[in-house]
Amino acid sequence: MTRTLVVVGHGMVGHRLVQALREKDVTDQWRIVVFAEEGRPAYDRVALSSYVDTWDADTLSLAPHEDPLVELNLNDLVVHIDRDDKVVRSMSGRAQPYDALVLATGSVPFVPPVPGRDLPGCHVYRTIEDLDAIRATVEGAHSSGRHAGMVLGGGLLGLEAANALRGMGISPHVVELGPRLMPLQVDEGGAGLLRRLVEKLDLTVHTGTSASSIERDGDRLIAKLSNGTELDLDVVVFSAGIRPRDQLAREFDLAVGERGGIVVDSACRTSDENIYAIGECANIGGVVYGLVAPGYSMAEVVADRLLGGTAEFPGADTSTKLKLLGVDVASFGDAHAQTEGALEVVVNDAVAGTYAKVVVSDDAKTLLGGILVGDASKYPVLRPLVGRPVPGDPVSLIGPAGGVELSLPNDAQVCSCHAVTKQHIVDVIGSGEAVDVPGIKACTKAGTGCGSCVPMLKKLLSECGVEQSKALCEHFEQSRAELFEIVRVTGITTFTELISRYGRGRGCDLCKPAVASILASLDNGHVLEGEQAVLQDTNDRFLANLQRNGTYSVVPRIPGGEITPEKLIVIGEVARDFGLYTKITGGQRIDLFGATVDQLPQIWKRLVDAGFESGHAYGKALRTVKSCVGTTWCRYGVQDSVGLAIELELRYRGLRSPHKLKSAVSGCARECAEARGKDFGVIATEKGWNLYVGGNGGFTPRHADLLASDVDTETLIKLIDRFLMFYIRTADRLQRTSTWIEGLEGGLDHLRAVIVDDSLGICADLEAAMAKHVDNYADEWRGVLEDPEKLARFTSFVNAPGTPDPTISFREERGQKVPVLLGIPEVVR
Amino acid sequence: MTPVCELSALQPESGVAALLPDGTQVAVFLTHDGQVHALGNIDPFSGAAVLARGIVGDRGGVPVVVSPVYKQAFELSTGKCLDDPSTAVPVHPVRVADGIVQVGSP
Ligand code: SRM
Ligand SMILES: Cc1cc2nc3c(=O)[nH]c(=O)nc-3n(C[C@H](O)[C@H](O)[C@H](O)COP(=O)(O)OP(=O)(O)OC[C@H]3O[C@@H](n4cnc5c(N)ncnc54)[C@H](O)[C@@H]3O)c2cc1C
Ligand code: SF4
Ligand code: FES
Repeated sequence: MTRTLVVVGHGMVGHRLVQALREKDVTDQWRIVVFAEEGRPAYDRVALSSYVDTWDADTLSLAPHEDPLVELNLNDLVVHIDRDDKVVRSMSGRAQPYDALVLATGSVPFVPPVPGRDLPGCHVYRTIEDLDAIRATVEGAHSSGRHAGMVLGGGLLGLEAANALRGMGISPHVVELGPRLMPLQVDEGGAGLLRRLVEKLDLTVHTGTSASSIERDGDRLIAKLSNGTELDLDVVVFSAGIRPRDQLAREFDLAVGERGGIVVDSACRTSDENIYAIGECANIGGVVYGLVAPGYSMAEVVADRLLGGTAEFPGADTSTKLKLLGVDVASFGDAHAQTEGALEVVVNDAVAGTYAKVVVSDDAKTLLGGILVGDASKYPVLRPLVGRPVPGDPVSLIGPAGGVELSLPNDAQVCSCHAVTKQHIVDVIGSGEAVDVPGIKACTKAGTGCGSCVPMLKKLLSECGVEQSKALCEHFEQSRAELFEIVRVTGITTFTELISRYGRGRGCDLCKPAVASILASLDNGHVLEGEQAVLQDTNDRFLANLQRNGTYSVVPRIPGGEITPEKLIVIGEVARDFGLYTKITGGQRIDLFGATVDQLPQIWKRLVDAGFESGHAYGKALRTVKSCVGTTWCRYGVQDSVGLAIELELRYRGLRSPHKLKSAVSGCARECAEARGKDFGVIATEKGWNLYVGGNGGFTPRHADLLASDVDTETLIKLIDRFLMFYIRTADRLQRTSTWIEGLEGGLDHLRAVIVDDSLGICADLEAAMAKHVDNYADEWRGVLEDPEKLARFTSFVNAPGTPDPTISFREERGQKVPVLLGIPEVVR
Repeated sequence: MTPVCELSALQPESGVAALLPDGTQVAVFLTHDGQVHALGNIDPFSGAAVLARGIVGDRGGVPVVVSPVYKQAFELSTGKCLDDPSTAVPVHPVRVADGIVQVGSP
């Protein structure tokens, strides 16, 4: 007979319980009725902060339960439990009998009893709706040109909230009652460094104090701190801890812990044998865990018990890694050395901005825990070693050179979010089920939680001998990035020399344009000089874009989209005189279509004489820097976006790169120039500029990530110089900045470390390379017009120059010339 | 055979287009080893007369030109399309006499 399980709460843990039970319950013993207070099905709360990147709630969705035995009631709070008759009652008035009941009610943010805490503009940080409300407050404040905020609480969540506020253009104050940031996870030494690093990001940190009152003054909030400081704010976010939601247990007489939480045994059973509690509302072994992984284990335990099993809660790993604010913080095992006799080994490198500590047993033989700040790259290797013998001298684990090569034991847990062991991963690699990281994710779920084990997954792949080929093509074993380094270091200037020394065969349509682009990025003169001409794809070879009928299009540069009436007239006259189809592009400039190879130099002669330059619409190079009209005209503008866009476009014009580069500058947060859709986008703020990188339209749209905020123009340009050169040196062939950043080991944090904090010490070199580009820039079309040898190649027929291609013909549409579609010829078969 | 240009007008590893008296377009290529090849200039996949503007190189050691439109490779000596063996372009006889490149009809 089918029994009924009622689940109260559809958060991450309730969701996992339903999934686990339905997976295990192959004979359909249980039907499941879920009551959820929130108006939407469970979503990835761990990733809540990423919601501010897209404001698209769908990106947080968890797999829906498409199952006739699962009934999900949204927006329906359970308010009553009748334990004798085994019935729950909900807000909507429904009475639902149960055979077993699971409380998965999670927790609520703790809001300290500060006078004024309920004022408009004060928020908590737990749900999608909370973030929407914070956004509304922030936007209201922005429209009056203000952006001050405070986060109350300097723990892990508080810093996440502060980072989210930064992403919305707010410079937050972080107020922590304890003596340091992240007091639970980090010790004094680590917290000191953490504080210095986050203060560089425009956070103001107040420790050892709290808010004593908040008052409204007109449209702002005035917060008084207990140390006498007064802050003038627009938005306040409380992130001072969480409290388990145990009201149902209290009201209906289930045992509750001294400091809250529904008391359960190792089977997750409450004091009523038909009722279980799991996740953040449960108090297990005297502990209330505020992390998702222990909640997931509890869900698995209950699923097993409901089917007659004997699973017990295995205990939990409370290791954490903070992946925000551009600062790595990791804390694992006995981080505070509370084990009797534990020894601490610390490497505190104030120059490099890294702090690392390992805690070992009194005989220095067993790793107990550790803390990493500034660089947590060793976290995936060290965390699984907790409780195991230290290979070698403890200091070598965290020493500067990376120390001993660590190989994990087979039963070590690699992914703590999904409790996946090294053995499991090695098995799926060995059996051929997984050949890459996405494959491992699909087979084992490893890497699909917080993502911090992904570097380890890559390492295991290569340990198992699975190497993803990086070869450029059949002629070069090297990746584009490796070839770039070879060319840079050897000073090779021709394809022939490169392929004869480092490749094989004669080259092809993949490697030739890629090498041509590398040579051009390293400033080897005109792109059609000597042998370089024959390496180029037709677009670069004719400095124009090939169209379907064999004609080309012409796009003169119009920096920032700003153009004088005189120049507009020139374009109009040229188009008229050569009979070119004319269209405004999506990049704020004008495209002239239908030119034959012979016409290109004549057209460009007219354009160059009128002061135009190549727009590089054909090249893997900077395309356009779009602008909005900005402060000069727009009543909301806070900076001169047109001026900056022109400056950037002129600075980076002609810069060859692995793929095309697009940019935009908006004059205020309304973002009319769509800068966040660009490879590098700039949005004006009251204090300067916010720089975003890695945006993309096209096939896989991606919003750009905030790299630096409120910087002045000089700093901005320096950062863009470094960003572009680093990309040019290290990206793959035809890899846009968006996929490049996503593929970078360490992601945005690593990028920020390299180009903002100069962690590799290469910034001066990158800047010098860009300075060289800027100095050597010359208009490509002028270069052709001034060189008879290059000009001579712009002929349709070598034996009949000037004779038009007889296959090209046009018809008229809406008053302009368009190509007559070509019949596909009879082919020899 | 129609004389189309001086050999020196060809750049190694690239092509030029030429017009035959009957209006046929040919693409004439010079490879790195000094060999001259001539194929029909019309790309069978787009109908555009552009093969002469493709990149010349090799696939597995076989000299090819790659169409600039949709990137199919054609074998220089046979005109065969390596990406779609049922398709080929015409091969024209070609010779160099006294430094002049001459092309005939297929
Ligand atoms: C002319 C234009 C369309 C128009 O009439 O508005 C255009 C036309 C072409 N685009 Fe585009 N794109 C044009 C703006 C865009 C935009 C919008 C923008 O730049 O603001 C996008 C999305 C933004 C982005 O790139 O992130 C765009 C995304 C693409 C993509 C997809 C890129 C991707 O990352 O997925 C391609 C394909 C590619 O590059 O591999 C592409 C490729 C092309 C090519 C080069 C395709 C081709 O090989 O023939 C088109 C030929 C241009 C020509 O003949 O002149 N075009 N293209 C626009 C020229 C802008 C300019 O002034 O330079
Ligand atoms: C911003 C943020 C970042 C985080 N980052 C991490 C991290 O990096 N790593 C990590 O491990 N953890 C992290 N956490 C914590 C993690 O999200 C929680 O541990 C996890 O979501 C707990 O799941 P749960 O199902 O127990 O509780 P919840 O997700 O809170 O779900 C409980 C649900 O029950 C509903 N409910 C409550 N009472 C009733 C009732 N009476 N009737 C019906 N429904 C009810 C609630 O509305 C809620 O939807 C983060 C949390 C936040 C807010
Ligand atoms: S983005 Fe530019 S045009 Fe749009 S409102 Fe702001 S300043 Fe004005
Ligand atoms: S450890 Fe979080 S996804 Fe693997």
